[in-house]
Amino acid sequence: MEIGLNHYLVLSTILFAIGLIGVMRRKNLLLLFFATEILLNAVNVGFAAISHYYGDLTGQMFAFFVIAIAASELAVGLGLLIVWHKRHGTIDLDTMTSMRG
Amino acid sequence: MFEAVAFYLFAFLTITMFYITVTTSQALYALSALAAGMIFISAFFFILGADFLGAVQIIVYTGAVMALYAFGMMFFDTTREVHENHGNKYIVVGLATLAAVLVVVIFAAPMVSTNMQAFYPMTEGAGNTEMVGMVLFTKYLVPFEVAAFMLLVAMVAGIVLAGKKMDLSLTLMNAEEIQAIEDEKNKKVLS
Repeated sequence: MEIGLNHYLVLSTILFAIGLIGVMRRKNLLLLFFATEILLNAVNVGFAAISHYYGDLTGQMFAFFVIAIAASELAVGLGLLIVWHKRHGTIDLDTMTSMRG
Repeated sequence: MFEAVAFYLFAFLTITMFYITVTTSQALYALSALAAGMIFISAFFFILGADFLGAVQIIVYTGAVMALYAFGMMFFDTTREVHENHGNKYIVVGLATLAAVLVVVIFAAPMVSTNMQAFYPMTEGAGNTEMVGMVLFTKYLVPFEVAAFMLLVAMVAGIVLAGKKMDLSLTLMNAEEIQAIEDEKNKKVLS
């Protein structure tokens, strides 16, 4: 049985859905970051699959930039989390209501 | 045949690992499952012939990102159980599936409707790493430099925010306290 582009796109969809479920149900900010990493990886699988099946390297290039963005997002995000943890002693989303949103 | 077996095996493993990451109440389990899932994702890249991307995935995610997360978990008190937001489960699952399908449709619609042409076609007789290098350093040189600069900025931001002295933080002090520390430093240098 031949594995086609649709197989990879369906897999990418499933992984993306798992990541979205994680973003919606997590309250701890560190675990919320895990869910965003899952989202980025799901998109990367889709990019690599399209790159392979169309013989085009653009998809892989975008996957590289997505990885770079994920790494820098993580560095800044963890730094901000540390500052928040020092100030409030917790990283729960429910405590971040200072703007009364 | 081999490709199909590998695809289904790694698809099953990846989905299981990410599902554990999303649903478990122990932060340590979530971290380990995420690391495993990242490695299994890189298997797809190897199957797809994107060798360099697979190697980068392993190095960056399981090397750098997981180390940073482990550091974060040591810093935060994550050993206790994580309390979850138990809203309406069906709404959450339905919304997530809908959004994911929407994203795929957005990406797939232009490809199905028109015959897509390869923008930067693969060169004959060159390995994947070689081709990546050729395209990255000719067509994508400016985005590459911008990404490098972005990583530098992120590094500086991480150092400033997390700080070298973990017991005091420049971002939480007011101007007088910072000035006092500076004066103390100058005194030491002068004496």
